[in-house]
Amino acid sequence: MNASFAMLTSSPEVLQSTRGGARVSAIGARAFLLEALGEFDLASQRRIWALSRAVEAWDDISEIVPGMTNLLVIFKEIPEDPEPPVTRILEAWDGARSIDLNGKTIEIEVCYGGEHATDLPALCDRSGLSDREVIRIHHEATYRVFALGSAPGFGYLHGLDPRIYMPRKTVPSINMARGCVTIGGMQTGVAVLTGPNGWNSIGFAELRMFDPSSATPAIMAPGDTVRFVPVRVEL
Amino acid sequence: MIEIIETGPFNTVQDLGRPGYRKIGVTASGAMDPFGLKIGNVLVGNAPGAAAIEVQTFPFRLRFTGPVVFTVTGADCGAKLDEHPLLPWCTHAADAGQALELGRPRTGARAYLCFAGGLDVEPVMGSRSTSLRGAFGGNGGRFLTATDRLALCAETSGHRPRAGISVVDPAFALADHLPTSDDGSLIIRALPAGEHDLFGNDAERFWTQIWQISSKSDRTGYRLSGEPVKPTTPVEMRSHGVVPGVIQVPPSGEPIVQMSDANTAGGYPKIAGVIDADLWRLGQARIGSRVRFVRATHREALDVEKAMTLFLDDVRVTCGMVTRALNTMA
Repeated sequence: MNASFAMLTSSPEVLQSTRGGARVSAIGARAFLLEALGEFDLASQRRIWALSRAVEAWDDISEIVPGMTNLLVIFKEIPEDPEPPVTRILEAWDGARSIDLNGKTIEIEVCYGGEHATDLPALCDRSGLSDREVIRIHHEATYRVFALGSAPGFGYLHGLDPRIYMPRKTVPSINMARGCVTIGGMQTGVAVLTGPNGWNSIGFAELRMFDPSSATPAIMAPGDTVRFVPVRVEL
Repeated sequence: MIEIIETGPFNTVQDLGRPGYRKIGVTASGAMDPFGLKIGNVLVGNAPGAAAIEVQTFPFRLRFTGPVVFTVTGADCGAKLDEHPLLPWCTHAADAGQALELGRPRTGARAYLCFAGGLDVEPVMGSRSTSLRGAFGGNGGRFLTATDRLALCAETSGHRPRAGISVVDPAFALADHLPTSDDGSLIIRALPAGEHDLFGNDAERFWTQIWQISSKSDRTGYRLSGEPVKPTTPVEMRSHGVVPGVIQVPPSGEPIVQMSDANTAGGYPKIAGVIDADLWRLGQARIGSRVRFVRATHREALDVEKAMTLFLDDVRVTCGMVTRALNTMA
């Protein structure tokens, strides 16, 4: 155990270790969450991708779930003592060098505005921009898939222009359609299920993001580049 | 083949779920009481993870279209075969045309109907469990309804499963490993999670107070009613992977325990995580019932899991021996 290793335990039962700009905590007995403590940016996420690759190769791993600048590690067996796995994860983080995933580029055709763009007026109000400017800023940016989660095949896209930042709604839309192109805080994405949704819809995409019968059910993968192509603008 | 005659909503085909796809946003699903499912399957000579019917709304009735050996595990719901009461946790033989009926449970919340061979629905992404959220898997990704017909797989155990083999309800058999309370509330073991200490004094109250399982609870999660617990300052989290058992606290201060259909990602502060070995007990807790959480250690979680594994191994070995003996005598 080196000097930078600090067990930050305000009560003795709470497992929580921090070192090298990351902390690890337990979720239940078999799962551990490593969170990068730095900025929410591509550099942090690249290091999470590197860590994911390293940890996934361990033979005692049941499953890993990369999140937004964090990684959930689920072991096959419950460790008798949680400290060795926590130390192993932190050491792997120390050794994780930023990698860039060789993702593919996905072009998603979008109809901006129209009946599905239920939150475009609110976004204009908040940003002080016209609807055309909001749409232009959204489709001119290039996005990276940081992680998948929340719903089958849903990709969290990073790279939103801060001018069109829009916080998640406190009261979600009850029945937002699959395909809605949405903004949630500094992230954007395409709804993959019809149902309650707290993100803000500005358009609609026909592309199916998930097919359970396919060998690769999710179209997106972490590291992919996404561009939105406006095929129609209805204002 | 079996045919559903009568069912409430929310009854589904389940196995042990499809773990491994959380990283593409796919919920693992699977039985809410995986221990009851495994024991039921082993009794009828199946692999522990064969597909079965999870019944959580009653009454439920089905008809057998051919001879089948089956068992009812989990909640004790007064099962009857053509009006004849059946022992739970016991194998039975049904003939073509006979009807099986499950009534309102006397104890527990969910019953498992396991059939020799297991239900033959198309596996999707490695599992026959129903993904309600994704609308795939199981019986077309949806709840069972009356007139649904389900096929059974061929028996794989190599020896003909027999009627009349029973096990002791694991709640009694494993009593030494299951905590009990004086006030009748369910005691569930958990480990403090990442944001536990951010709840200040409320963290301690999370452990001492008795929570009630609210009516807004389902296979996705249990919402707990009680005096709210709140972090001392608002916590902003980045979205991260979660597993069943995680206890998150939304801004209302009333905790949510993620269950079998748990979301794959979450961002609410986590106060604790239920140990895997107690999830099946929580899966049998009814809406309106009371629950209290006690701190456990990894060592304790491992010990309970070992005891459960030993019990299941014992059931498999004994059941196989008895079945072979009965078949030899027959």
